[in-house]
Amino acid sequence: MRSQYIVPIGPDGIYEIKTGTWRTADPRIDEDACIRCGICLMHCPVGAVTREGERFTINLDYCKGCGICAHECPKGAITMEGRDTA
Amino acid sequence: MSQVEVMNGNRAAGIAACLARPDVIAAYPITPQSSVVEFISRMIAEDKLDAKICEVESEHSAMSVLEGASLAGGRTFSATSSQGLALMYEPYFRASTLRLPIVMAIANREMISPQTLWASAQDSLSVRDAGWMQFYVEDNQEILDTLLQAFRIAEDSRVLLPINVCYDGFYLSHMSERVVVPDPEEVDAFLPDGYHPQHILLDPDRPMAVDPLTNGDLLTEYRAKHLAAQQAALEVIEQVDAKFSAAFGRSWDGAVEAYRIDGDCEAVVVTLGSMTGAGREAVDRMRESGASVGLLKLRVVRPFPAKEVRELLRGIPAVGVVDRNVSFGWDTGIIYQEVSSALYGVQGTARVPMIAGLGGQDITVEMFEDALRTLLERGRAGSACSPEFPETIWLSQDGEEETR
Repeated sequence: MRSQYIVPIGPDGIYEIKTGTWRTADPRIDEDACIRCGICLMHCPVGAVTREGERFTINLDYCKGCGICAHECPKGAITMEGRDTA
Repeated sequence: MSQVEVMNGNRAAGIAACLARPDVIAAYPITPQSSVVEFISRMIAEDKLDAKICEVESEHSAMSVLEGASLAGGRTFSATSSQGLALMYEPYFRASTLRLPIVMAIANREMISPQTLWASAQDSLSVRDAGWMQFYVEDNQEILDTLLQAFRIAEDSRVLLPINVCYDGFYLSHMSERVVVPDPEEVDAFLPDGYHPQHILLDPDRPMAVDPLTNGDLLTEYRAKHLAAQQAALEVIEQVDAKFSAAFGRSWDGAVEAYRIDGDCEAVVVTLGSMTGAGREAVDRMRESGASVGLLKLRVVRPFPAKEVRELLRGIPAVGVVDRNVSFGWDTGIIYQEVSSALYGVQGTARVPMIAGLGGQDITVEMFEDALRTLLERGRAGSACSPEFPETIWLSQDGEEETR
């Protein structure tokens, strides 16, 4: 038995679904090109981008690899590095 | 002191709901249920019941309002019929899968088309697999008593499931008879004081996420627990009926009532709802003329009391199930299929599907006598006349039984 409950509820919020396992391409931020504008953070559909001090980082547990951040970045500082595609 | 009053079934349902002191009532008018909620609404307007009644724009909203109220820890009540129940389908499912002990009366009415208003359990039986408990009652006293039992069964920590108390539209909803109305203090002593959920609650002091996106493995676990709660309810139903009997002096025999079924019984009819009275009368008349016949009244359809039905019918040479509804695709009624499943593998019992009273037509004593005579013949003929898939007999008032 995984759940102590009889109904679909959870005291900690939504169940953890690690969407990072869906990813077929990994985002890479070019720190030199990045202007710290935060547009990638605002557009990430799963909230995988966080700001740590002056830097932006991407949590690969949740990044699905959709590439929206790379598309929206005004400086082209994010690239998607494919794993399966040449 | 309890009082004896003459009233129709809808008033009995309304009185029972008020006696249970619900916190929130929400319903949308639909024939033949409407006067249940009209009665409760008047009670609240006259300050005789301290509860909130919510006027809604549809049955979908009625059930959704009750889910919110139940999640907030309120005792809740509604009533509906037929198309109203159909419009409620989506939140109807959620009420059971969220394990909310909502009590809802259903004045049974045919499903359209053709356009119709009259009695048949087609509406509620069509949603028998949506996770609710479903009771079917015979007379107005049983409506009142079963609704009081319903709150206690639904809110029992071993159960925590919503519950329908179903009664035939017009035959019970609009027909008047003698009903004993218990004293409010007696009901207070019988029913726990309010509903105090621990398993799911909108509580700022103990926040929890309700109904988040759930993966299949956890969903499977919740389904298994839901099925187990339905089975646990069978015992709770018996216990609550015993406690009710001790408090009020009336027992309804739990999930199944065996009427004049004994070791020599040659034929038994299985009934549901208001037709049972005519069935009892037919059994009495046939017994007077020397025939060994009996009746099994199915009071609870969900959870299905399979073991009890199997044990009561085992060894009876012929069993007929009279359905005031149809199972499209099986060419029989719905209860016939349920009873047949319970009797799976039982040897020496001829099973006969019978359909009668659709669209609110009368099911008369004479029709039951015809049915019992047919069953006696089938039973005496033995296995030669009991095919695995017997044709349905359509009982009619002119005495002609037919297969169509």
